[in-house]
Amino acid sequence: MATIRTENLNYTYGIGTPFEKTAINNINIEIKPGSLVGIIGHTGSGKSTLIQHFNGLLKPTSGKIYIDDVDIWENKKNIRDVRFKVGLVFQYPEYQIFEDSVFRDVAFGPKNMGLDEEQIKQRVTNALESVGLPLSYLDRSPFELSGGEKRRVAIAGVMAMQPEVLILDEPTAGLDPRGRDTVFSLIKDYHKKTQCTVLLVSHSMEDIAKYADTLLVMNNSEVFCYDKTVSVFEKSEEIQQMGLDVPQITRVFNELKKRGVNIGEEIYTVNYAKKLVLEYLGKAGEKSC
Amino acid sequence: MLKDITIGQYFPGQSIVHRLDPRYKIIITLTYIIMLFAAAKIPSLIPGVIFAVTALILSRIPFSLIGKSLKPIIPLIIFTTILNLFLYDGDPVIKIGFIEIAYDAIETSIMTIIRVIFLIAGTSLLTYTTSPIMLTDAIESLLAPLKKINFPVHDLAMMMTIALRFIPTIIEETDKIMNAQKARGANIETGSLAQRAKAMVTILIPLFVSAVKRAGELALAMECRCYRGDVGRTRMKQLKSGAKDYIAIILTMAFLALVFVLNFAFRNLELF
Repeated sequence: MATIRTENLNYTYGIGTPFEKTAINNINIEIKPGSLVGIIGHTGSGKSTLIQHFNGLLKPTSGKIYIDDVDIWENKKNIRDVRFKVGLVFQYPEYQIFEDSVFRDVAFGPKNMGLDEEQIKQRVTNALESVGLPLSYLDRSPFELSGGEKRRVAIAGVMAMQPEVLILDEPTAGLDPRGRDTVFSLIKDYHKKTQCTVLLVSHSMEDIAKYADTLLVMNNSEVFCYDKTVSVFEKSEEIQQMGLDVPQITRVFNELKKRGVNIGEEIYTVNYAKKLVLEYLGKAGEKSC
Repeated sequence: MLKDITIGQYFPGQSIVHRLDPRYKIIITLTYIIMLFAAAKIPSLIPGVIFAVTALILSRIPFSLIGKSLKPIIPLIIFTTILNLFLYDGDPVIKIGFIEIAYDAIETSIMTIIRVIFLIAGTSLLTYTTSPIMLTDAIESLLAPLKKINFPVHDLAMMMTIALRFIPTIIEETDKIMNAQKARGANIETGSLAQRAKAMVTILIPLFVSAVKRAGELALAMECRCYRGDVGRTRMKQLKSGAKDYIAIILTMAFLALVFVLNFAFRNLELF
């Protein structure tokens, strides 16, 4: 299992032109194997730039990235192997589909890895199951599928490489609420099943709080905080000041606390809130009796 | 990275060069090209060089940017120079073994180098300082007389506007798709020529799919806003010319005249 570590990572776009812009500034983080990390931040806060460093698509302006303590840019020839180890699903991944059958498109990654026919078949089937599409889809043209199905085919295309780290950039952008829930629970299940590291990029706290165990909050090209989800929501005031949403349920309980009803701290899922409210009501009930 | 391409890009600014009427700017650029090619002797190139450098300083576009747009033509310059040097007949002035180089060859080479460099530098300045929309507006206005012979000037200009407008979008899109395929292990920057050619397919197909889709959406959006071509269409930003434009064009013409004067004055010049 792979550990990703960055050291003073910097990246600047368009050096030497009037459009020069620092996208990420001095990032020092370590991502533990097997965790499900949510990366949140505004549009333009550097999330997408950061994740493109993890699989060597962008070369840092300065600083280093280590995967399992190996500097990935030490030997340029190995950069392709890094990409098989760290799978990246881009925003709107359905725009990368190019083959005329679902099977061939999903098989593109494994084929590039140089696997044999049998293994490729196995992986494609597994990947398609992971994204919850029936195997009858294998021979269909991906261009005939619905938007949500195309998205899932594209995600399967990266899962089929069986990367040790799976990064998804806004995997639910542009999907309806049901599609969003489907994709998120697929990812959650995949994480549980494979035990691989999953990085989930989003700007919606609401969704990410439900799934991620660790949160990386980016603001103005820098890491605002990187901690367990529970601890991050201790700073919900500051996060809101940054202009990021905290889950509705957290806002409700913060407001209740302000008005003197202290039910509990760091509440960010409805289920947990329900449990606490019931406990609180139970206690209150006992007292009044 | 593809995003680093600067040719044909517009760099917003408020300099006098930026604010010139684009119609005049096009005419001035054409005159400037004539200036370079009308020069028959090395000294007659000087007005063109001074003209371009002055315009560049006035535009406040950094020199390094112009340098960047010149980079791709370096092989072309080297190639033409070699051809010029060795394939020119005349009295040899330099002899190294069997290599003979004529005086005319040296003169022509120097002139070609200066011409090509300043041709690219000067014309890039036009696109650097004029937004694509202004440029096509100007072309439409300059070609307007052709409407009399039913030449579809407006349609052509609209097509150019759309094409220019979508260059950055498509470059960005290409970049994205390229990265997505690279993330799946496509051999785009590494691998043999055959592998790279194959990898191109994985980029071109998604690119065409989305371009066609985008074209359909754009057409629909235009129709929703009642676009129906040239007839009865007015502009929010009218092109206006003023004193600065007249002065600029008079100065340009003066420089062109100077080229011919220098041509005449140095008609018998031999540098060595």
